[in-house]
Amino acid sequence: MPGKTLYDKLWEDHVVHTEDDGSSLIYIDRHLVHEVTSPQAFDGLRLAGRKPWRIDRNLAVADHNVPTTAREQGIADPVSRLQVETLDNNCAEFGITEFAMTDSRQGIVHVIGPEQGATLPGMTVVCGDSHTSTHGASGALAFGIGTSEVEHVLATQCLVQKKAKNLLIKLNGPVEPGVTAKDIVLAIIGTIGTAGGNGYTIEFAGEAIRNLSMEGRMTVCNMAIEAGARAGLVAVDEVTIDYYRNRPYSPKDEHWFMAERYWQRLYSDADAVFDKVIELDATAIKPQVTWGTSPELVAAVDGFIPDPMQEAEGVKRQSMQRALEYMGLQAGQAITDIQVDKVFIGSCTNSRIEDLRAAADIAKGKKIAGNIKLALVVPGSGLVKRQAEAEGLDKIFTDAGFEWREPGCSMCLAMNADKLEEGERCASTSNRNFEGRQGYGGRTHLVSPAMAAAAAVAGHFIDVRQL
Amino acid sequence: MQAFTLLNGLVAPLDRANVDTDAIIPKQFLKSIRRTGFGPYLFDEWRYLDHGEPEMDCSQRPLNMDFVLNKPHYQGAQILLARENFGCGSSREHAPWALEDFGFRAIIAPSFADIFYNNCFKNGVLPIVLPVETVDRLFRELVEGYRLTIDLAAQTITTPSAATFVFAIDETRKYRLLNGLDDIALSLLHADKIAAYENERAKRAPWLFVGNP
Repeated sequence: MPGKTLYDKLWEDHVVHTEDDGSSLIYIDRHLVHEVTSPQAFDGLRLAGRKPWRIDRNLAVADHNVPTTAREQGIADPVSRLQVETLDNNCAEFGITEFAMTDSRQGIVHVIGPEQGATLPGMTVVCGDSHTSTHGASGALAFGIGTSEVEHVLATQCLVQKKAKNLLIKLNGPVEPGVTAKDIVLAIIGTIGTAGGNGYTIEFAGEAIRNLSMEGRMTVCNMAIEAGARAGLVAVDEVTIDYYRNRPYSPKDEHWFMAERYWQRLYSDADAVFDKVIELDATAIKPQVTWGTSPELVAAVDGFIPDPMQEAEGVKRQSMQRALEYMGLQAGQAITDIQVDKVFIGSCTNSRIEDLRAAADIAKGKKIAGNIKLALVVPGSGLVKRQAEAEGLDKIFTDAGFEWREPGCSMCLAMNADKLEEGERCASTSNRNFEGRQGYGGRTHLVSPAMAAAAAVAGHFIDVRQL
Repeated sequence: MQAFTLLNGLVAPLDRANVDTDAIIPKQFLKSIRRTGFGPYLFDEWRYLDHGEPEMDCSQRPLNMDFVLNKPHYQGAQILLARENFGCGSSREHAPWALEDFGFRAIIAPSFADIFYNNCFKNGVLPIVLPVETVDRLFRELVEGYRLTIDLAAQTITTPSAATFVFAIDETRKYRLLNGLDDIALSLLHADKIAAYENERAKRAPWLFVGNP
């Protein structure tokens, strides 16, 4: 009998019941809740007269709608305010732990989960948010769900799922200095496309992945969904276990040692069989910049915008043409010739301490360029913010002309006041460059934190390896 | 949830790949705490010439007449014909809510993003995967007034010229959709199994059963 993949092991550990057609009832160890995708689920519970199955498995935080300035004054937008208040009220009514907007632990749901040790290796983790894939960095099976499923998890602590296929993406060799987790994952998406992972759980492996910190692995797994995979995974190793030591929600004492032993088996067996294996040469990856309106439309910073006419006539060519039109760019243009108006450093992809350090490293002693209208740094959580301030990173950013904000999703999806105006171009460390994502008519280029900071200083994209 | 059995509906073509959930329903409308009323904002940035905000009266807004759903002959469409990777992006169930509220009961495409696909079934919307060549053929055949008949029980789509295509669907999903069944009630039939699983897992992984700090 062949060995098991990490995904096989996680799946088997959580099956409660399987139907004849393979649909299974899967037990959920941690449910993260935020304000945007939960109100209708709580309403559903009330309507049906149901109670949460296991209250302590839920952890809630408001992140999408929260302002990143003057938080003590509350939320100005009445529609956003109602949504956040609705979460507060629902959590109070059902007895669910919530980090309120003014709590120092508040932050982006996918930052606070691992930071608190509330999402752990070996768990199943779900949230009404597609970037739940982030938590797979710890060797947890983590994926996004819709609101009906949020209600289902609240009511049953389970989900009905069909097992996905196994995809191994192996990055051979180390990356060059200046090339980060973000560049790795953008390069992967550029190679396999935004539908490349549809129907699969992706395990990321190989030297370049092993070399990443937990923060870096979270960045990679975060964007598994941008490659079409609901879940991304990285096997547990010493980096993982060290990360979870002494976190507030991590197991204590004897439980810690038991958990550690359990976690140490969370890797794919050497003889495990994957449905598909993709190997990439990590040494060839350069800093990446997206140029289109889909994360797969990406180029190396020293590259040029490709010509749609080089593609065969059809859907792909049309998509590229539409993207160039929306983005206001020309085929053949050098990436480094693209000027930006705004810079956003933040989001569940890149707002952890390591990300802020990398950006500050570039910004230190410099000033943002004259053409930059706004450069925002939005830490992923209150604790990341405090840590950054203890290291003096806030001072580096503000001295350089960046704004230092309160934690939240902010301009990744512009549900709060932070957004692009029509036609504005942004170097952004977030995860989606879809039309209108950062504001109506806004133009998004996805990059790493170091590349975003470098663009802020230069006023246009520039290769961080040359700085 | 409304059941889906047999549908004979007008087809509207959306000839773009990778239609993402931000395009289907932009984020400003996600601030609603209700489950209904998203239809007027479906494809908001493509459908209107101005920038939409929640609670706007859409009947007063300037329409983009180049956008397919604004063409007079697609009014009342119940079937959306789309391209690869439809529904990619976020997990927002507001996307199928908006499609359903607008009047769509089925979406045909060569592939769907997984979360979106899954969310459709919770809302009585049937996503149908057909081979690229078949979808190409439907796009080519589609003329004014083009209707398709979808029979979920038989898993078939029939064109006006009586060509029939078979589609695949999980038995569990089909059964639930045909009968409009509530997933939660069905899962709670296994409440004893869930409790037994918890007892057994509490022995293997007791740190998951100590409550929050």
